[in-house]
Amino acid sequence: MRNPLADKAVAIKPSGIRKFFDIVSEMPDAISLGVGEPDFETPWHIREEGIYSLERGRTFYTSNSGLKELKQEICSYIDRRFRVPYRYQDEVIVTVGGSEAIDIAMRAMLNPGEEVIIPQPSYVSYEPCAILADGVPVIVELKEENEFRLTKEQLLAAITPKTKLLILPYPNNPTGAIMEKKDLEEIASVIIEHDIFVLSDEIYSELSYNGGHVTIASLPGMRERTILINGFSKSYAMTGWRLGYACGPAEIISQMVKIHQFAIMCAPTTSQYAAVEALRNGDADVAVMRESYNQRRRFLVHRLREMGLTCFEPYGAFYVFPSIQKFGMSSDDFATTLLQEEKVAVVPGTAFGDCGEGFLRISYAYSLESLKKALDRVEHFIQRLDKGGANS
Amino acid sequence: MREKILAVIEKNSRIDLHDLAVLLGESEAAVANEIADMEKENIICGYHTLINWDNTSDEKVVALIEVRVTPQRGMGFDKIAERIYQYSEVQAVYLMSGAYDFMVMLEEKTMRAVAQFVSDKLSPMDSVLSTATHFVLKKYKDHGTVLSQKIQDERMLVTP
Repeated sequence: MRNPLADKAVAIKPSGIRKFFDIVSEMPDAISLGVGEPDFETPWHIREEGIYSLERGRTFYTSNSGLKELKQEICSYIDRRFRVPYRYQDEVIVTVGGSEAIDIAMRAMLNPGEEVIIPQPSYVSYEPCAILADGVPVIVELKEENEFRLTKEQLLAAITPKTKLLILPYPNNPTGAIMEKKDLEEIASVIIEHDIFVLSDEIYSELSYNGGHVTIASLPGMRERTILINGFSKSYAMTGWRLGYACGPAEIISQMVKIHQFAIMCAPTTSQYAAVEALRNGDADVAVMRESYNQRRRFLVHRLREMGLTCFEPYGAFYVFPSIQKFGMSSDDFATTLLQEEKVAVVPGTAFGDCGEGFLRISYAYSLESLKKALDRVEHFIQRLDKGGANS
Repeated sequence: MREKILAVIEKNSRIDLHDLAVLLGESEAAVANEIADMEKENIICGYHTLINWDNTSDEKVVALIEVRVTPQRGMGFDKIAERIYQYSEVQAVYLMSGAYDFMVMLEEKTMRAVAQFVSDKLSPMDSVLSTATHFVLKKYKDHGTVLSQKIQDERMLVTP
Protein backbone atom coordinates (compact mmCIF):
# COMPACT_ATOMS: atom_id res chain seq x y z
CA MET A 1 0.00 0.00 0.00
CA ARG A 2 1.15 3.55 -0.64
CA ASN A 3 2.08 5.83 2.21
CA PRO A 4 -1.25 7.44 3.12
CA LEU A 5 0.30 10.33 5.00
CA ALA A 6 1.39 13.83 4.21
CA ASP A 7 5.04 14.46 5.04
CA LYS A 8 4.14 17.88 6.39
CA ALA A 9 1.78 16.40 8.99
CA VAL A 10 4.14 13.61 9.97
CA ALA A 11 7.01 16.05 10.43
CA ILE A 12 5.16 18.01 13.09
CA LYS A 13 6.28 17.19 16.62
CA PRO A 14 3.49 16.06 18.93
CA SER A 15 2.82 18.59 21.66
CA GLY A 16 5.02 18.14 24.74
CA ILE A 17 2.02 18.73 26.90
CA ARG A 18 0.33 15.71 25.37
CA LYS A 19 3.20 13.50 26.51
CA PHE A 20 2.87 14.79 30.03
CA PHE A 21 -0.89 14.39 29.96
CA ASP A 22 -0.44 10.71 29.17
CA ILE A 23 1.78 10.27 32.22
CA VAL A 24 -0.63 12.14 34.49
CA SER A 25 -3.68 10.20 33.35
CA GLU A 26 -2.03 7.05 34.68
CA MET A 27 -2.33 8.63 38.11
CA PRO A 28 -5.96 9.49 38.73
CA ASP A 29 -5.42 10.43 42.38
CA ALA A 30 -2.89 13.15 41.53
CA ILE A 31 -3.65 16.74 42.46
CA SER A 32 -3.28 18.76 39.34
CA LEU A 33 -1.98 22.29 38.95
CA GLY A 34 -1.67 21.61 35.27
CA VAL A 35 -4.76 22.98 33.57
CA GLY A 36 -4.96 25.83 31.14
CA GLU A 37 -8.59 26.68 31.71
CA PRO A 38 -10.64 28.51 34.36
CA ASP A 39 -11.99 26.64 37.38
CA PHE A 40 -15.20 28.66 37.24
CA GLU A 41 -18.22 27.37 35.41
CA THR A 42 -19.68 29.65 32.77
CA PRO A 43 -21.89 32.21 34.60
CA TRP A 44 -25.46 30.98 34.66
CA HIS A 45 -27.05 33.85 32.75
CA ILE A 46 -24.75 33.06 29.82
CA ARG A 47 -25.51 29.34 29.95
CA GLU A 48 -29.21 30.13 30.14
CA GLU A 49 -29.01 32.18 26.98
CA GLY A 50 -27.47 29.17 25.24
CA ILE A 51 -30.24 26.93 26.53
CA TYR A 52 -32.87 29.47 25.53
CA SER A 53 -31.48 29.67 22.00
CA LEU A 54 -31.90 25.89 21.75
CA GLU A 55 -35.45 26.10 23.08
CA ARG A 56 -36.24 28.74 20.50
CA GLY A 57 -35.02 26.34 17.83
CA ARG A 58 -32.01 28.40 16.85
CA THR A 59 -30.25 25.34 15.58
CA PHE A 60 -29.19 26.54 12.14
CA TYR A 61 -25.99 27.85 10.59
CA THR A 62 -25.19 31.49 11.11
CA SER A 63 -23.50 33.57 8.43
CA ASN A 64 -19.91 32.45 7.83
CA SER A 65 -18.29 35.29 9.67
CA GLY A 66 -20.71 35.01 12.61
CA LEU A 67 -24.02 36.39 13.91
CA LYS A 68 -24.43 40.05 13.15
CA GLU A 69 -25.47 40.82 16.74
CA LEU A 70 -22.39 39.09 18.07
CA LYS A 71 -20.04 40.88 15.70
CA GLN A 72 -21.60 44.19 16.74
CA GLU A 73 -21.13 43.34 20.40
CA ILE A 74 -17.53 42.28 19.81
CA CYS A 75 -16.73 45.58 18.11
CA SER A 76 -18.40 47.59 20.82
CA TYR A 77 -16.55 45.61 23.49
CA ILE A 78 -13.13 46.03 21.82
CA ASP A 79 -13.79 49.71 21.46
CA ARG A 80 -14.95 50.31 25.03
CA ARG A 81 -12.24 48.17 26.63
CA PHE A 82 -9.22 48.74 24.41
CA ARG A 83 -10.06 51.82 22.39
CA VAL A 84 -9.77 50.32 18.93
CA PRO A 85 -12.74 50.77 16.59
CA TYR A 86 -13.54 47.94 14.14
CA ARG A 87 -16.36 47.69 11.61
CA TYR A 88 -18.57 44.72 12.35
CA GLN A 89 -19.41 44.36 8.63
CA ASP A 90 -15.99 43.33 7.38
CA GLU A 91 -13.33 43.64 10.09
CA VAL A 92 -14.30 40.81 12.45
CA ILE A 93 -14.75 37.06 12.17
CA VAL A 94 -16.17 34.71 14.81
CA THR A 95 -14.14 31.51 15.05
CA VAL A 96 -14.10 28.16 16.78
CA GLY A 97 -11.98 29.33 19.71
CA GLY A 98 -8.95 31.57 19.49
CA SER A 99 -7.14 28.49 18.17
CA GLU A 100 -8.94 28.50 14.85
CA ALA A 101 -8.31 32.21 14.46
CA ILE A 102 -4.56 31.60 14.91
CA ASP A 103 -4.64 28.89 12.27
CA ILE A 104 -6.63 30.70 9.61
CA ALA A 105 -4.83 34.00 10.16
CA MET A 106 -1.55 32.32 9.32
CA ARG A 107 -3.05 30.48 6.37
CA ALA A 108 -4.47 33.75 5.09
CA MET A 109 -1.22 35.66 5.43
CA LEU A 110 1.77 33.40 4.78
CA ASN A 111 3.43 32.51 1.49
CA PRO A 112 5.82 29.58 1.31
CA GLY A 113 9.14 30.45 2.90
CA GLU A 114 7.97 33.59 4.67
CA GLU A 115 9.15 33.79 8.23
CA VAL A 116 7.05 33.96 11.37
CA ILE A 117 8.70 35.21 14.53
CA ILE A 118 7.43 33.23 17.50
CA PRO A 119 8.50 34.25 21.00
CA GLN A 120 8.77 31.26 23.33
CA PRO A 121 7.89 29.96 25.89
CA SER A 122 4.39 30.32 24.50
CA TYR A 123 1.23 28.48 23.61
CA VAL A 124 1.83 25.25 21.76
CA SER A 125 0.02 25.87 18.50
CA TYR A 126 1.85 28.80 16.88
CA GLU A 127 4.77 26.80 15.54
CA PRO A 128 2.79 23.91 14.00
CA CYS A 129 0.21 26.31 12.56
CA ALA A 130 2.99 28.32 10.91
CA ILE A 131 4.49 25.16 9.44
CA LEU A 132 1.13 23.91 8.19
CA ALA A 133 0.66 27.27 6.49
CA ASP A 134 4.05 26.82 4.74
CA GLY A 135 5.65 29.53 6.87
CA VAL A 136 9.04 29.21 8.51
CA PRO A 137 9.00 29.60 12.29
CA VAL A 138 11.78 31.72 13.76
CA ILE A 139 11.92 31.24 17.51
CA VAL A 140 12.85 34.07 19.84
CA GLU A 141 13.84 32.83 23.27
CA LEU A 142 12.36 35.09 25.91
CA LYS A 143 14.43 35.71 29.01
CA GLU A 144 13.53 35.63 32.67
CA GLU A 145 15.64 38.74 33.31
CA ASN A 146 13.27 40.63 30.99
CA GLU A 147 10.30 39.10 32.80
CA PHE A 148 9.69 37.16 29.58
CA ARG A 149 8.75 40.31 27.68
CA LEU A 150 9.80 40.66 24.07
CA THR A 151 12.47 43.35 23.78
CA LYS A 152 13.21 45.57 20.84
CA GLU A 153 16.74 44.11 20.57
CA GLN A 154 15.47 40.53 20.47
CA LEU A 155 12.95 41.41 17.80
CA LEU A 156 15.52 43.25 15.69
CA ALA A 157 17.89 40.30 15.89
CA ALA A 158 15.20 37.94 14.58
CA ILE A 159 14.06 40.04 11.62
CA THR A 160 15.30 39.09 8.16
CA PRO A 161 14.14 40.22 4.71
CA LYS A 162 11.80 37.20 4.72
CA THR A 163 10.02 38.14 7.96
CA LYS A 164 6.30 38.53 7.42
CA LEU A 165 4.58 38.08 10.75
CA LEU A 166 5.26 38.46 14.46
CA ILE A 167 3.25 36.43 16.96
CA LEU A 168 2.63 38.50 20.09
CA PRO A 169 1.20 36.24 22.81
CA TYR A 170 0.45 38.52 25.79
CA PRO A 171 -0.71 38.13 28.55
CA ASN A 172 1.31 34.99 28.16
CA ASN A 173 0.63 31.33 28.66
CA PRO A 174 2.76 29.75 30.25
CA THR A 175 4.82 32.54 31.86
CA GLY A 176 2.11 34.93 33.04
CA ALA A 177 4.15 37.76 31.49
CA ILE A 178 2.51 40.91 30.14
CA MET A 179 3.64 43.67 27.78
CA GLU A 180 2.93 47.15 29.09
CA LYS A 181 2.29 50.10 26.85
CA LYS A 182 5.90 51.26 26.92
CA ASP A 183 7.10 47.77 25.94
CA LEU A 184 4.66 47.70 23.04
CA GLU A 185 5.70 51.16 21.86
CA GLU A 186 9.32 50.03 21.71
CA ILE A 187 8.60 47.09 19.43
CA ALA A 188 5.91 48.89 17.42
CA SER A 189 8.50 51.24 15.92
CA VAL A 190 10.56 48.25 14.76
CA ILE A 191 7.49 46.52 13.35
CA ILE A 192 6.48 49.57 11.32
CA GLU A 193 10.00 50.29 10.15
CA HIS A 194 10.47 46.73 8.85
CA ASP A 195 6.95 46.55 7.47
CA ILE A 196 5.87 43.34 9.19
CA PHE A 197 2.51 42.25 10.53
CA VAL A 198 1.43 41.19 14.00
CA LEU A 199 -0.79 38.38 15.17
CA SER A 200 -1.64 39.51 18.67
CA ASP A 201 -3.13 36.67 20.71
CA GLU A 202 -4.91 38.46 23.54
CA ILE A 203 -7.07 35.61 24.82
CA TYR A 204 -6.02 36.43 28.42
CA SER A 205 -6.58 40.19 28.04
CA GLU A 206 -9.17 40.31 30.83
CA LEU A 207 -6.80 38.56 33.20
CA SER A 208 -4.28 41.33 33.63
CA TYR A 209 -3.52 42.41 37.18
CA ASN A 210 -1.36 45.47 36.85
CA GLY A 211 -3.68 48.10 35.46
CA GLY A 212 -5.61 47.33 32.30
CA HIS A 213 -4.42 45.37 29.29
CA VAL A 214 -3.20 47.42 26.34
CA THR A 215 -3.48 46.04 22.83
CA ILE A 216 -0.77 46.79 20.30
CA ALA A 217 -3.53 47.54 17.78
CA SER A 218 -4.29 50.72 19.72
CA LEU A 219 -0.86 52.23 19.01
CA PRO A 220 -0.47 54.67 16.09
CA GLY A 221 0.12 52.93 12.79
CA MET A 222 -0.50 49.45 14.21
CA ARG A 223 -4.18 48.85 13.60
CA GLU A 224 -3.66 48.32 9.89
CA ARG A 225 -0.94 45.72 10.45
CA THR A 226 -2.42 43.77 13.37
CA ILE A 227 -4.71 40.79 13.59
CA LEU A 228 -6.16 40.94 17.09
CA ILE A 229 -7.27 37.56 18.41
CA ASN A 230 -9.44 37.15 21.45
CA GLY A 231 -12.23 34.91 22.65
CA PHE A 232 -14.58 33.84 25.39
CA SER A 233 -12.75 30.87 26.89
CA LYS A 234 -10.66 32.58 29.55
CA SER A 235 -12.51 35.82 30.26
CA TYR A 236 -15.97 34.27 30.60
CA ALA A 237 -14.91 30.74 31.57
CA MET A 238 -16.32 29.32 28.34
CA THR A 239 -13.59 26.95 27.12
CA GLY A 240 -15.95 24.15 26.12
CA TRP A 241 -18.13 26.47 24.03
CA ARG A 242 -15.25 26.86 21.57
CA LEU A 243 -15.70 30.46 20.61
CA GLY A 244 -13.20 33.12 19.68
CA TYR A 245 -12.76 35.89 17.18
CA ALA A 246 -10.30 37.90 15.17
CA CYS A 247 -10.39 41.59 14.28
CA GLY A 248 -8.23 43.21 11.66
CA PRO A 249 -8.01 44.93 8.30
CA ALA A 250 -10.85 43.89 5.96
CA GLU A 251 -8.36 42.73 3.36
CA ILE A 252 -7.01 40.02 5.69
CA ILE A 253 -10.29 39.19 7.43
CA SER A 254 -12.01 38.51 4.11
CA GLN A 255 -9.38 35.88 3.24
CA MET A 256 -9.80 34.35 6.69
CA VAL A 257 -13.56 34.20 6.18
CA LYS A 258 -12.98 32.34 2.92
CA ILE A 259 -10.81 29.67 4.57
CA HIS A 260 -13.15 29.47 7.57
CA GLN A 261 -16.15 29.04 5.30
CA PHE A 262 -14.62 26.06 3.54
CA ALA A 263 -13.16 24.44 6.65
CA ILE A 264 -15.72 25.17 9.35
CA MET A 265 -18.75 26.89 7.79
CA CYS A 266 -19.51 28.84 10.94
CA ALA A 267 -18.84 28.81 14.68
CA PRO A 268 -21.40 26.94 16.83
CA THR A 269 -24.70 28.81 16.81
CA THR A 270 -25.61 28.05 20.43
CA SER A 271 -22.27 29.38 21.59
CA GLN A 272 -22.70 32.54 19.56
CA TYR A 273 -26.03 33.36 21.20
CA ALA A 274 -24.55 32.72 24.63
CA ALA A 275 -21.61 34.97 23.76
CA VAL A 276 -23.90 37.87 22.90
CA GLU A 277 -25.23 37.68 26.45
CA ALA A 278 -21.67 37.44 27.83
CA LEU A 279 -20.62 40.65 26.13
CA ARG A 280 -23.81 42.51 26.98
CA ASN A 281 -24.12 41.58 30.64
CA GLY A 282 -20.94 39.84 31.69
CA ASP A 283 -18.66 42.67 32.84
CA ALA A 284 -19.44 42.07 36.52
CA ASP A 285 -18.68 38.34 36.25
CA VAL A 286 -15.33 39.10 34.68
CA ALA A 287 -14.46 41.53 37.47
CA VAL A 288 -15.30 38.96 40.16
CA MET A 289 -13.24 36.24 38.48
CA ARG A 290 -10.31 38.57 37.89
CA GLU A 291 -10.21 39.56 41.58
CA SER A 292 -10.37 35.93 42.60
CA TYR A 293 -7.49 34.95 40.28
CA ASN A 294 -5.49 37.91 41.48
CA GLN A 295 -5.83 36.81 45.12
CA ARG A 296 -4.74 33.29 44.30
CA ARG A 297 -1.89 34.67 42.20
CA ARG A 298 -0.56 36.58 45.20
CA PHE A 299 -0.94 33.52 47.35
CA LEU A 300 0.89 31.22 44.94
CA VAL A 301 3.78 33.59 44.29
CA HIS A 302 4.14 34.20 48.03
CA ARG A 303 4.19 30.50 48.85
CA LEU A 304 6.67 29.63 46.10
CA ARG A 305 9.04 32.36 47.21
CA GLU A 306 8.67 31.24 50.80
CA MET A 307 9.86 27.81 49.68
CA GLY A 308 12.93 29.42 48.20
CA LEU A 309 11.96 29.22 44.54
CA THR A 310 12.69 32.27 42.41
CA CYS A 311 9.83 33.48 40.32
CA PHE A 312 9.27 36.84 38.70
CA GLU A 313 5.99 38.61 39.40
CA PRO A 314 3.54 37.39 36.72
CA TYR A 315 0.91 40.03 36.02
CA GLY A 316 -1.26 38.15 33.55
CA ALA A 317 -3.21 34.99 32.70
CA PHE A 318 -3.39 32.41 35.52
CA TYR A 319 0.09 30.94 35.57
CA VAL A 320 3.21 31.26 37.64
CA PHE A 321 6.50 30.24 36.03
CA PRO A 322 9.04 29.50 38.77
CA SER A 323 12.65 28.57 38.09
CA ILE A 324 13.91 25.19 39.26
CA GLN A 325 17.41 25.65 37.86
CA LYS A 326 19.03 25.51 41.26
CA PHE A 327 18.09 21.84 41.68
CA GLY A 328 20.14 20.81 38.66
CA MET A 329 17.28 18.74 37.23
CA SER A 330 15.61 19.12 33.87
CA SER A 331 12.03 20.44 33.91
CA ASP A 332 10.84 17.08 32.65
CA ASP A 333 12.62 15.16 35.41
CA PHE A 334 11.47 17.57 38.07
CA ALA A 335 7.83 17.41 36.98
CA THR A 336 7.88 13.64 36.57
CA THR A 337 9.53 13.03 39.94
CA LEU A 338 7.20 15.48 41.65
CA LEU A 339 4.28 13.62 40.15
CA GLN A 340 5.58 10.19 41.16
CA GLU A 341 6.63 11.10 44.68
CA GLU A 342 4.08 13.68 45.74
CA LYS A 343 1.31 13.14 43.19
CA VAL A 344 1.23 16.76 42.11
CA ALA A 345 0.99 17.52 38.41
CA VAL A 346 2.61 20.66 37.03
CA VAL A 347 3.67 21.19 33.44
CA PRO A 348 7.38 21.27 32.51
CA GLY A 349 8.38 24.58 30.91
CA THR A 350 9.79 22.71 27.93
CA ALA A 351 6.25 21.86 26.78
CA PHE A 352 6.13 25.49 25.61
CA GLY A 353 9.48 25.62 23.83
CA ASP A 354 13.04 24.51 24.47
CA CYS A 355 13.82 27.72 26.31
CA GLY A 356 11.26 26.74 28.95
CA GLU A 357 13.96 24.41 30.28
CA GLY A 358 14.56 25.09 33.95
CA PHE A 359 11.02 26.31 34.59
CA LEU A 360 7.61 24.93 35.51
CA ARG A 361 4.16 26.17 34.64
CA ILE A 362 1.94 26.18 37.69
CA SER A 363 -1.68 27.13 37.17
CA TYR A 364 -3.69 28.96 39.83
CA ALA A 365 -7.06 28.24 38.26
CA TYR A 366 -7.84 26.22 41.38
CA SER A 367 -9.59 26.79 44.67
CA LEU A 368 -7.46 28.10 47.51
CA GLU A 369 -7.86 24.78 49.33
CA SER A 370 -6.52 22.79 46.37
CA LEU A 371 -3.65 25.21 45.95
CA LYS A 372 -2.73 24.90 49.61
CA LYS A 373 -2.82 21.16 49.60
CA ALA A 374 -0.75 20.90 46.44
CA LEU A 375 1.77 23.50 47.56
CA ASP A 376 2.32 21.73 50.87
CA ARG A 377 3.32 18.71 48.85
CA VAL A 378 5.57 20.73 46.56
CA GLU A 379 7.26 22.20 49.61
CA HIS A 380 7.77 18.75 51.06
CA PHE A 381 9.35 17.65 47.79
CA ILE A 382 11.65 20.64 47.62
CA GLN A 383 12.77 20.18 51.21
CA ARG A 384 13.81 16.65 50.33
CA LEU A 385 15.69 17.87 47.27
CA ASP A 386 17.47 20.47 49.35
CA LYS A 387 18.53 17.77 51.79
CA GLY A 388 20.14 15.77 49.01
CA GLY A 389 17.99 14.26 46.36
CA ALA A 390 14.62 12.73 45.75
CA ASN A 391 14.21 9.07 46.61
CA SER A 392 13.97 7.70 43.16
CA MET B 1 -9.60 47.30 51.57
CA ARG B 2 -12.77 46.85 53.65
CA GLU B 3 -14.87 45.67 50.75
CA LYS B 4 -12.21 43.17 49.75
CA ILE B 5 -11.85 41.78 53.26
CA LEU B 6 -15.61 41.45 53.58
CA ALA B 7 -15.95 39.76 50.20
CA VAL B 8 -13.47 37.08 51.23
CA ILE B 9 -14.63 36.44 54.80
CA GLU B 10 -18.28 36.50 53.85
CA LYS B 11 -17.55 33.26 52.01
CA ASN B 12 -14.87 31.93 54.31
CA SER B 13 -14.79 33.33 57.81
CA ARG B 14 -12.31 30.70 58.95
CA ILE B 15 -9.51 31.84 56.68
CA ASP B 16 -6.48 32.63 58.79
CA LEU B 17 -5.19 36.13 59.06
CA HIS B 18 -1.88 35.37 57.39
CA ASP B 19 -3.52 33.86 54.29
CA LEU B 20 -6.05 36.67 54.09
CA ALA B 21 -3.27 39.27 54.14
CA VAL B 22 -1.38 37.42 51.38
CA LEU B 23 -4.48 37.10 49.20
CA LEU B 24 -5.15 40.82 49.45
CA GLY B 25 -1.52 41.86 49.18
CA GLU B 26 -1.71 43.75 52.49
CA SER B 27 0.17 43.47 55.76
CA GLU B 28 -1.22 41.24 58.46
CA ALA B 29 -1.37 44.09 60.94
CA ALA B 30 -3.36 46.31 58.58
CA VAL B 31 -5.90 43.56 57.90
CA ALA B 32 -6.20 42.72 61.60
CA ASN B 33 -6.81 46.38 62.45
CA GLU B 34 -9.42 46.76 59.77
CA ILE B 35 -11.27 43.67 60.96
CA ALA B 36 -11.15 44.82 64.58
CA ASP B 37 -12.56 48.21 63.54
CA MET B 38 -15.35 46.62 61.56
CA GLU B 39 -16.24 44.45 64.54
CA LYS B 40 -16.40 47.55 66.73
CA GLU B 41 -18.51 49.42 64.22
CA ASN B 42 -20.92 46.50 64.02
CA ILE B 43 -20.22 46.00 60.32
CA ILE B 44 -19.07 42.50 61.13
CA CYS B 45 -21.81 41.26 63.47
CA GLY B 46 -20.80 37.65 63.94
CA TYR B 47 -19.14 34.59 62.44
CA HIS B 48 -21.46 31.72 61.68
CA THR B 49 -21.28 28.27 60.20
CA LEU B 50 -23.41 27.24 57.26
CA ILE B 51 -24.88 23.86 58.16
CA ASN B 52 -27.02 21.64 56.03
CA TRP B 53 -29.15 20.22 58.84
CA ASP B 54 -30.87 17.89 56.39
CA ASN B 55 -27.68 15.83 56.37
CA THR B 56 -27.69 15.39 60.15
CA SER B 57 -29.98 13.30 62.32
CA ASP B 58 -31.16 16.46 64.05
CA GLU B 59 -34.82 17.22 63.42
CA LYS B 60 -35.50 20.84 62.69
CA VAL B 61 -38.47 22.68 61.33
CA VAL B 62 -38.04 26.04 59.68
CA ALA B 63 -41.04 28.25 59.05
CA LEU B 64 -41.40 31.58 57.31
CA ILE B 65 -44.23 33.59 58.81
CA GLU B 66 -45.77 36.57 57.11
CA VAL B 67 -47.03 38.99 59.73
CA ARG B 68 -49.34 41.94 59.20
CA VAL B 69 -49.38 44.53 61.99
CA THR B 70 -50.81 47.93 62.86
CA PRO B 71 -48.01 50.22 63.83
CA GLN B 72 -48.98 52.05 67.01
CA ARG B 73 -48.68 55.72 67.72
CA GLY B 74 -45.19 56.62 68.86
CA MET B 75 -43.95 53.07 68.38
CA GLY B 76 -43.61 52.52 64.64
CA PHE B 77 -42.51 49.16 63.35
CA ASP B 78 -39.27 48.96 65.27
CA LYS B 79 -40.86 48.41 68.66
CA ILE B 80 -43.10 45.66 67.35
CA ALA B 81 -40.16 44.03 65.60
CA GLU B 82 -38.26 44.10 68.85
CA ARG B 83 -41.03 42.30 70.68
CA ILE B 84 -40.83 39.58 68.04
CA TYR B 85 -37.07 39.24 67.59
CA GLN B 86 -36.39 38.98 71.31
CA TYR B 87 -37.65 35.39 71.21
CA SER B 88 -34.62 33.16 70.86
CA GLU B 89 -36.38 30.75 68.50
CA VAL B 90 -36.80 33.58 66.02
CA GLN B 91 -33.88 33.41 63.58
CA ALA B 92 -34.59 36.46 61.49
CA VAL B 93 -37.03 39.35 61.26
CA TYR B 94 -37.27 41.56 58.18
CA LEU B 95 -39.51 44.57 57.55
CA MET B 96 -40.99 44.07 54.11
CA SER B 97 -42.58 46.15 51.39
CA GLY B 98 -45.74 44.76 49.83
CA ALA B 99 -48.61 42.64 51.07
CA TYR B 100 -47.40 42.11 54.63
CA ASP B 101 -45.13 43.90 57.08
CA PHE B 102 -42.73 41.42 58.71
CA MET B 103 -41.13 38.27 57.53
CA VAL B 104 -40.30 36.16 60.55
CA MET B 105 -38.09 33.13 60.24
CA LEU B 106 -38.59 30.61 62.96
CA GLU B 107 -36.64 27.50 63.79
CA GLU B 108 -38.17 24.87 66.03
CA LYS B 109 -37.87 21.19 66.80
CA THR B 110 -41.37 20.29 65.67
CA MET B 111 -44.28 21.65 63.70
CA ARG B 112 -46.33 21.65 66.87
CA ALA B 113 -43.80 23.98 68.46
CA VAL B 114 -44.09 26.35 65.52
CA ALA B 115 -47.88 26.25 65.76
CA GLN B 116 -47.67 26.98 69.46
CA PHE B 117 -45.38 29.92 68.93
CA VAL B 118 -47.74 31.43 66.39
CA SER B 119 -50.91 30.82 68.38
CA ASP B 120 -49.60 31.55 71.86
CA LYS B 121 -47.05 34.26 71.31
CA LEU B 122 -47.22 35.94 67.95
CA SER B 123 -50.93 36.20 67.15
CA PRO B 124 -52.04 37.48 70.57
CA MET B 125 -49.75 40.52 70.35
CA ASP B 126 -51.79 43.72 70.30
CA SER B 127 -50.46 45.04 67.07
CA VAL B 128 -50.57 41.81 65.08
CA LEU B 129 -53.47 41.71 62.61
CA SER B 130 -52.81 38.40 60.92
CA THR B 131 -50.20 35.75 60.25
CA ALA B 132 -49.57 33.24 57.48
CA THR B 133 -47.18 30.41 58.20
CA HIS B 134 -45.14 28.64 55.51
CA PHE B 135 -42.99 25.61 56.27
CA VAL B 136 -39.71 25.12 54.48
CA LEU B 137 -39.65 21.71 52.81
CA LYS B 138 -36.13 21.70 51.47
CA LYS B 139 -33.24 24.12 51.31
CA TYR B 140 -31.42 24.12 48.01
CA LYS B 141 -29.20 27.12 48.42
CA ASP B 142 -28.42 29.23 51.43
CA HIS B 143 -26.09 32.19 51.86
CA GLY B 144 -25.03 31.92 48.24
CA THR B 145 -23.99 28.30 48.63
CA VAL B 146 -25.67 25.37 46.92
CA LEU B 147 -26.31 22.80 49.64
CA SER B 148 -27.29 19.73 47.73
CA GLN B 149 -24.49 19.09 45.28
CA LYS B 150 -20.83 18.47 45.82
CA ILE B 151 -18.63 20.38 43.44
CA GLN B 152 -16.46 18.17 41.31
CA ASP B 153 -13.61 19.29 39.11
CA GLU B 154 -14.54 17.96 35.69
CA ARG B 155 -11.53 19.36 33.91
CA MET B 156 -8.86 17.16 32.38
CA LEU B 157 -5.77 17.05 34.57
CA VAL B 158 -3.41 18.69 32.10
CA THR B 159 -4.38 21.01 29.26
CA PRO B 160 -2.34 23.47 27.23
